[in-house]
Amino acid sequence: MSSVRVLVGTRKGAFVLTSDGKRDDWAVSGPHFPGWEIYHVKASPADPDRVFASQSSGWFGQVIQRSDDGGRTWAPVGSEFSYDGPAGTHQWYDGTPHPWEFARVWHLEPSLGDPDTVYAGVEDAGLFRSADGGQHWQELPGLRGHQTGPSWQPGAGGMCLHTIILDGSAPGRMFTAISAAGAFRSDDAGETWRPVNQGLKSEGIPDPKAEVGHCVHRLAMHPARPDVLYMQKHWDVMRSDDAGDSWHEVSGNLPTDFGFPIDVHAHEPDTVYVVPITSDSHHFPPEGKLRVYRSRTGGDDWEPLTRGLPQQHCYVNVLRDAMAVDSLDSCGVYFGTTGGQVYGSADAGDTWAPIVRDLPAVLSVEVQTLP
Amino acid sequence: MIRVVLPAHLRTLARIAGEVKLDVAGPVTQRSVLDALEASYPVLRGTIRDRDDGRRRAMVRFFACQEDLSHEPPDDPLPEAVTTGAEPYLIVGAMAGG
Repeated sequence: MSSVRVLVGTRKGAFVLTSDGKRDDWAVSGPHFPGWEIYHVKASPADPDRVFASQSSGWFGQVIQRSDDGGRTWAPVGSEFSYDGPAGTHQWYDGTPHPWEFARVWHLEPSLGDPDTVYAGVEDAGLFRSADGGQHWQELPGLRGHQTGPSWQPGAGGMCLHTIILDGSAPGRMFTAISAAGAFRSDDAGETWRPVNQGLKSEGIPDPKAEVGHCVHRLAMHPARPDVLYMQKHWDVMRSDDAGDSWHEVSGNLPTDFGFPIDVHAHEPDTVYVVPITSDSHHFPPEGKLRVYRSRTGGDDWEPLTRGLPQQHCYVNVLRDAMAVDSLDSCGVYFGTTGGQVYGSADAGDTWAPIVRDLPAVLSVEVQTLP
Repeated sequence: MIRVVLPAHLRTLARIAGEVKLDVAGPVTQRSVLDALEASYPVLRGTIRDRDDGRRRAMVRFFACQEDLSHEPPDDPLPEAVTTGAEPYLIVGAMAGG
């Protein structure tokens, strides 16, 4: 029988939640790396027992951990992230030049086919790759070195590269997103990049054709239809039908189009999930009701999913990397909150139940579907 | 034999129970002690001081013999009580945050 492993990164450690395919009885292990911030935990699609974790601390810096037994035991691997060549400058919050400084790894994206290759998205925004299971990291400098780099500015959470999507159908094609520079695409395995932000409109950016400067919160893609991308921007839910060359808004009837995560159903490329958040100054759900919104039409037409979720006095947030889906026949959807709950739905969002209620603030959620 | 006390998070990371005992060749300074510590426990590289320029991380402090050595030159000799092992060299995470 298939099983599911949910990998949870929190402000104070990592947790591994496991269940059989029924997804109604969960075992919880952790905290792994207690007391450390775990921005992301993700497993290799090529070797499900190989799991990478980004462990960091304001005191002691960055550590990368690797497990080769599905998250039961861990060992630190390489944690040296040195920018390639002169660091250069980006813009600081006040518009002055500021040198690129490594802060932490936000996102780890293992290769689709090689368990030894993994990508890391870091703050200040840069893309790194390891080809030896995380022991050594080299920057792919074409992204940070893009001609627009000196004009990139940090978002409120720092200038982070938080999204990496590998397109398995097109050799060499990958997408990244940076707050607050925007979305980028490479068609040559990360050697060169171009901004793909046409159609995005952001308050404070008067130029409608601005190449960069947009605060993209998250991108999502269904592997069976890789030219269609979905985006949760600071404000606005967006869709591209041409691999990012152009975007149009699909916020439709959402109660607010501010939010962080966005994800796509495992078997239905037109079924999309978001968690609307009141505003950029009120990082909690509208009316204190925690609602996932689902569109079965690729956007514009959204329905609230509330069964099993708190519908009063709920003032948590759901961060950008904290939603994921499994690939069982009845698609499971999972998300974690800043209040420490991880909710799961075994029926594509129709009903929800908490898997755990009292973890530290959840930073990331990833899911593995195991045979 | 130099005794080094690490903060709990770094003991866990390096899988160290209790104090670290190090043999340090040559003059016993903050730099030579940290060099020996990192040679014995490579996972600690970058967690106490910058990998490239050796600067102390902002929220790490160094103490010995009731003295704050955090701002002392890294090549100054450590107190004799540290060099004899009578007193430990303390690496401390700053008390800040939650």
